[in-house]
Formats: sequence, structure tokens, C-alpha cells
Amino acid sequence: MIRAENIRKSFGETEVLKGITHTFESGKCNLIIGRSGAGKTVMLKILVGLFQPTSGNVWYNDTNVSSLTKKELRQIRMQVGMLFQGSALFDSMTVEENIRFPLDMFTSKTLKEKKNRVNEVLERVQLEGVNKKYPSETSGGMQKRIGIARSIVMEPKYLFCDEPNSGLDPKTALLIDELIADITYENNITTVINTHDMNSVMGIGDNIALLHLGKLVWTGNKKEVMESDDELLQAFIFASPFLQRLRDAAIAK
Amino acid sequence: MNIFYHLGRFLTLLGSGFTRPENLRMYWKETLRQMDDIGVGSVIIVALIAIFMGAVAALQFAYQLSGQLIPLYYIGYIVRDLAIIESAPTITCLVLAGKVGSNMAAEIGGMRQKEHIDAMEIMGVNTASYLIIPKLIAAVIVIPLLVTIAACVAMVGGYLAVVPTGYLADVDYLRGLTAFFVPYNVFIMYVKSTTFAFLLTAVSCYQGYYVTGGSVELGKASTNAVVISNILILFSDYLIAVLLTGY
Repeated sequence: MIRAENIRKSFGETEVLKGITHTFESGKCNLIIGRSGAGKTVMLKILVGLFQPTSGNVWYNDTNVSSLTKKELRQIRMQVGMLFQGSALFDSMTVEENIRFPLDMFTSKTLKEKKNRVNEVLERVQLEGVNKKYPSETSGGMQKRIGIARSIVMEPKYLFCDEPNSGLDPKTALLIDELIADITYENNITTVINTHDMNSVMGIGDNIALLHLGKLVWTGNKKEVMESDDELLQAFIFASPFLQRLRDAAIAK
Repeated sequence: MNIFYHLGRFLTLLGSGFTRPENLRMYWKETLRQMDDIGVGSVIIVALIAIFMGAVAALQFAYQLSGQLIPLYYIGYIVRDLAIIESAPTITCLVLAGKVGSNMAAEIGGMRQKEHIDAMEIMGVNTASYLIIPKLIAAVIVIPLLVTIAACVAMVGGYLAVVPTGYLADVDYLRGLTAFFVPYNVFIMYVKSTTFAFLLTAVSCYQGYYVTGGSVELGKASTNAVVISNILILFSDYLIAVLLTGY
């Protein structure tokens, strides 16, 4: 479980997050949604410890990570995996070396054990046999899956995904969503996903937090999204004319 | 104020880099890769510059000494001491600041922009240490070796400029090379090359590590790495000259 308590973040004179309190539950896909500029990425970076909040605390179970030193934070980070928007795979390393990197750095496993673990996670993301390829030789969807494989290779307790579907076709996007959700449920991970993809919201939104201009304006799950009459939520969900027509047609029926 | 801000941030970055490595083997592997990049990758350019450096020095001294009472074998002596004390460490490191320094700033800056540094941080890697310390160690080992090569090649360059052309007999040039040799000058060369290696690497890594924005900023960081390294190399060159020669 991750708990954000009254998180505020300012850059100069601009306050980007204005006192956000929310609990991200374990074993669930926790989504942070909102329009561009709402503060989603800043919120995610604060949760993962890349930014320090101006005020407020972030708790990983019973540990207040906002008060930790850099060294202590690094220990906590062994339990954290993150999938970046651009996958952030190291270009000069092969797929296997990319995934093996945290194992090489932090474990004393033998090369054979590490290779076996790499093959396990590659199999989990349905990407067997790409070990020797370089990231540039793989597609965007494959890179996302390699990114997922790298983020789960150390068996994290917390998984963070920044716009996991951006730049992907709808079918691949669904595949990535399903993969993240399955991994979350299988391993009882606390997964936090930053997205504005409506398919993700309706597909894997177990616990959704809508940010608007730096404030938390709505929380709920995918079922409650359709039932809510919150104006900001409705404006966000049905921003596209296509979805508006579908909604109007459903109401008319 | 700006200079104090950068100095403080630079020292903090270096301070956080000098910690116990997470995995010595990984750091060693990275250090070897950097040694290969800096050393093997720069031998040709360093040798090429050094050969002309020595040749030009020999020719110009030959020109200046002609018609004077100073013995011509002094050309070898001057080329040798000029190469060892000044031109090999300084010019080689100025060139390396352009070649290696800009490359380091671009490499680390690119990693920052592609979120590779964030990815490593989230894994728990001390990026200030993993990305900078192997480069520093590699540079302070390899650059003095490159400078040694440059000094030797410069003397060969001087030989090629004045002996085959018939201006000076090879015996005279070799006599000059071995005359009045002061081993302390070699010590000065290594102090200079180690200091310059540290400066150009640390400054370039700092410039790359804190890149923000896009490709324009990355270009600026790379340029700043070269310009600032060059200024610091020249300034410390003067400082070392004052300190080690006692003048």
C-alpha cells in the first residue's frame, strides 16, 4: 500500500500539486488520470521518489519515504519497478543485458541463474528469444514489454507505470494493460499507473484518482466512473466526440 | 552567485559519487569500457597532433637559432623539454577536452534526457557514482599514458622535421634529446596530465548530468563542457607551473 498525505509541490511560484491525499492499494491497479498539465507526472515522480514534495509525506506501508536519506531511499527502491513512457531501455545493451542490469548490480546470483531469471520474465511478457537483440531492433510495443520485464525482474512490491500505452496501437495497448494487471494480481503488487487512456480507465481501473489543476477531484473505480455525475470526470471521460455520441445513444435508448 | 551555485552543486555531485560501489565488478567493467573509449579511441588523434607539434617546434627553433652562437643540438633539447613540460600535457588535454569531454557530456546528457538516469535511480543505483567515478578513474589512468605517448611522438616529429631534411645530423638531434635531462620535468608532466584529466572529466560529467530540456540544451552542455574544461586546464596549467617550478 502507498499513501500520499497532503502532497504539495511547487516549481518557483507555480504550485503544481495542491494538497493531494490518496491511498494506492496493494494488489490493485491504481490509476492517476487527468488532462495534460493536471500534475499526474509530478505526482508519480513524487510517489517514486524522483521529486521531493514541497510538503506532505509519502508512505510505503509503514515507511515514510519522504523523510529518508538518499541511501535509505536506495534500499527501498530495490522493491520498486518502473515502466517509463519511453521505456528508458539502455541503447548500448542487448535486451538481456538491459533486463539483467539490476540483477548484475544488486544480486550475487551466478550468470546462469541470472539468465534463467531473464528468460522467465521474458516468457512472462511473451517475448521469448529476443535476448540478443538491441532495443533499436524491436518495436515500440516490444520495448514496453521489455521495460515491464526489466521492472519486474527484481520481484518488486511496488510498480509504477508512466503512460504505458502512449504511442501504441489500440490492440497492443490492451495487451500491455492486461499484462500489467495480471502481474499486479499474481504478485499482489501495488501498481500505480499514470494514464489518460480511456481503455485503461475502463479496463483495469481498480482505484482511480482524477487530478484537475493539481487537485484531487474524484476517486472511485471503473464501475463508478459511468455512474458518477461529477462534471469534471464526465468532461474528462467523454472529451472525445465519438464517446459523447456513444453516451448520448445509450441515454436515448 | 551563479558560479558559487555551480561550484556547490559540482562538489555535491562529486561528493555523492565517492561512495561505496553497489557492485565492484560492474564498476570495474564500466571503468575498463571507459579506458578503452578514452585511450584506444584517442591514440591516433593524439599521436597525429603530437607529431606535428614536435615537428613545428623543431622547425621554429631551428629557424630562430640559425645564425646564432647557440649550438644546433639544442633543438632536440628544447623539443624534448617543451613536449614534456608543456605541449604534451596541455595541448593533448585541450584536444581531449574537445573529443572525450564533449562525448562524455553528450553521453550522460542523453541518458538524462531519455530517462536512463531516472531508471537507474529507481533501481537503486547511485548514478552520480556509477556514471561518473568509472570515467574519472579511467581518465586519470589513461590520459597520462596518452600524454606520455604524445611526448614521445612529439620528439619523433621533431626528428622527422629536422633530420631527414638535412638541417641537423641525427647524432646532434639525439644528443639534444639526452642533454640536460631533469627527471623532475617528467613529474611535472604527470602532475599536469592527471590534474587536467580529472578536470576535463569532472566538468564534462557535471555538464551532462544536469542537462534539462532538449537537443539545444544538450548541445550547449557539450559546448560548455569543452569551453569550461579548456579554461580550467589553462588556469591550472599556470597554477601548477607556479607551484612546481617555484617562480
